[in-house]
Amino acid sequence: MSDEAGGFLPMDRRQALKVMAIVAAAPTLSTCGPDDGTGDVATAPLPMSNPKAAGTAWDPDLVAPSIPWERMLTADELESLAVLCDVIIPADDRSLSASQVGAHDFIDEWVSAPYDGNERDLVVVRGGLAWMDREAVRRFGDGRRFRDLTAEQHRSICDDICFLPHAAEGYEAAAGFFDKVRDLTSTAFWTTNVGMQDLRYVGNVPLPRWDPPPAEVLRHIGIE
Amino acid sequence: MRRKAQQEYDVIVVGSGAAGGMCAYVLACSGVRVLMLEAGRDYDPVSETPMFQLPKDAPLRGAGTREKPFGFYDATVDGGWQVPGEPYSSAEGTEFRWWRARMLGGRTNHWGRISLRMGPYDYMPYSRDGLGFDWPMSYEDVEPYYDKTEMLIGVYGSNEGLENTPSSSAGVLQPPPAARAEELLTQKVCRGLDIPVIPAHLAIMTQRQDADRLARALWPNNPRAQQVTATSMRSRAACFFATPCGRGCSIKANFQSPTVLLPPAVATGNLDILTDAMVREVTIDSSGRATGVHYIDKRTRLDEHVSARVVVVAASALESARILLNSKSNLFPDGLGNGSGLVGKYVMDTVGAGVYGQIPMLENMPPHNADGASAMHLYTPWWLYQEQARGRLDFARGYHVEFGGGRRMPGFGAFSGIEPLTEGSYGQQFKDDCRRYYGSFLGFDGRGEMIPNEDSFCEVNPDEVDQWGIPTLRFHWKWSEHELNQARHMQHTFAGIIEEMGGRVLSTVQADGADAIARPGQIIHEVGGVIMGDDPSRSVLNQFCQSWEVDNLFVTDGGCFVSNADKNPTLSIMAIAWRASDHIVEQLTSRSIG
Repeated sequence: MSDEAGGFLPMDRRQALKVMAIVAAAPTLSTCGPDDGTGDVATAPLPMSNPKAAGTAWDPDLVAPSIPWERMLTADELESLAVLCDVIIPADDRSLSASQVGAHDFIDEWVSAPYDGNERDLVVVRGGLAWMDREAVRRFGDGRRFRDLTAEQHRSICDDICFLPHAAEGYEAAAGFFDKVRDLTSTAFWTTNVGMQDLRYVGNVPLPRWDPPPAEVLRHIGIE
Repeated sequence: MRRKAQQEYDVIVVGSGAAGGMCAYVLACSGVRVLMLEAGRDYDPVSETPMFQLPKDAPLRGAGTREKPFGFYDATVDGGWQVPGEPYSSAEGTEFRWWRARMLGGRTNHWGRISLRMGPYDYMPYSRDGLGFDWPMSYEDVEPYYDKTEMLIGVYGSNEGLENTPSSSAGVLQPPPAARAEELLTQKVCRGLDIPVIPAHLAIMTQRQDADRLARALWPNNPRAQQVTATSMRSRAACFFATPCGRGCSIKANFQSPTVLLPPAVATGNLDILTDAMVREVTIDSSGRATGVHYIDKRTRLDEHVSARVVVVAASALESARILLNSKSNLFPDGLGNGSGLVGKYVMDTVGAGVYGQIPMLENMPPHNADGASAMHLYTPWWLYQEQARGRLDFARGYHVEFGGGRRMPGFGAFSGIEPLTEGSYGQQFKDDCRRYYGSFLGFDGRGEMIPNEDSFCEVNPDEVDQWGIPTLRFHWKWSEHELNQARHMQHTFAGIIEEMGGRVLSTVQADGADAIARPGQIIHEVGGVIMGDDPSRSVLNQFCQSWEVDNLFVTDGGCFVSNADKNPTLSIMAIAWRASDHIVEQLTSRSIG
């Protein structure tokens, strides 16, 4: 998936492991006295796979994950889904859109997974995509598909199904579908490097020490 | 590790987690020849831990599944609420959940690292309120072992001198990490509510251990133990405040049995470890003394037997009860050491209930790294002892509060369920809402004491065996009003804190404690079932975890617990296991057992 906006934290794993080895070694440089560490920690490991793992679902290789199941959605469904993902999280001046970081691919991964809840979600997503196209025809005429509608036409449908408690009679299932796709799109988008950078998440990096929150943070919460 | 080098062993230790690991460490350091049997596979946190891996690199963004219930990167191997081929069951009307881990080090690999001492009250609960049982020893008896355990494993925290919240001796604790923003805000608001918020105690090192000093203090007259302990300590790094502890720790900054207890024990040359060895029965001779154990070699599926002078069962509370109940003979028709009929009885878990909310003051926070030691830096110890003593509360025992939130790494479920705040926004508005609300959610979880009762127990189910042919466990459960009322009190208290912070409670605060309380077993603090005491007719073990009936049989894990204080049990399990191990060494030396 296209998730390339680097140059900002969080660093990738390979970079992090290099820094980790340096930081883990650092106390040996600054510590004096009897416990000088003698470099034991400086050889912090840099494993890139785990041969000890059985490779089963109960004992997968956590260091080098893989996804064993086949994808279920068709190319046509994915094309429609990508449009809906971008209706939910569009590109703006701060970051890319959901489909640009592969949110529709993640939803395919999710609904294709061999678990009861995911199998139910496959039905929800497929049924919802079919419903969206039928709703496009009903509202805007024969031959129209949801993915080809204008932004205004997208809104006219989505406004009716975006909040389950307010969904009109007959629109509850569609609202459930929209809710599911919004949740999955959100997870997909914000867990990418693009999403974490957008949120200004700056953790997952090894630190030589832990400091109190910066002064501007303390001011923000009224603690001086 | 798969080595059985010696022909004769002094002690067999069943299990490699908090209790088994500690017993093996203390015994091996004391010159005792130990064979450890672990039902799961060999496991090495140094090479196997997924440090820094991102949710986006995991299946389903790391979401919990049937096989990895706590998420893909959780350290647990071949375990969870179910273990393949090793079922258990619950009596009708009971839904007990039993978390197991089939791996070297057991559940110490993924545990929460919360290391709170039980206090003086906690060892004599019956004397204080007439409920449950007193322990056969006092806090003062165990106190030196808390100090030693904390020095060995590395625990951060502070001494605050609060009621029934013991201080550690000077030079034992490591400095606690500075509090995060949301923790400071909570502390400030709670001050106005007379709720204490103080540094938590976690088995995570904020600085490297002073290896030589600590090793000398732990083993004053034992140069070999000093050497292996100091060498092990020198191989551990301090926390670098990134990547969750629940994955394990490749730099050994937190406590796991395979990084902290087993390496020095193996280094003595006195410990051999057999993994993939599922113990099913303790064997006895014609005089009723333990002779060894039967186990199934999981690789060959064949039944094997090993012998030793002493058998220590530390397979986790319920698995240990299961082994004893399945060790039937003419001398012990109801299970080994079960003349009292109490094996499997008085099983306890922790009372759990939580509330989460959204705090406007935490919105739009200036970006900063809030990962910290991954676990909590501050917590609230139980603070209403005096209210309870005056009869002002409708439950007898206390709880502590774990809380957290803030600007953590976005993971599976990020911004799911925020529609009550956004009224179902999508598009640019949704994107902006996520940015606004990121880091502003805060969750509070109570962890409270359950009082042992007659209706919460396990038994062997005669109708079912696991894939190794071993009869399985069946659970029975009933909460008392004390637990249900406590769970309700938790939720109402937490909702009050959130509202005092100007926040919005997003959980349903239940009127009935039965709807608020976590399911039995869900908090994974199950203890009891092989309780200790000072009366052989009312307990299974003496205060040294030694069977009243079989003097060379010990159960050193949480099974021996007589009560289950709100303090998370692992630290106490280790302290009590160390104390029992010293007793075993004394008795082996004097040849009064084995």
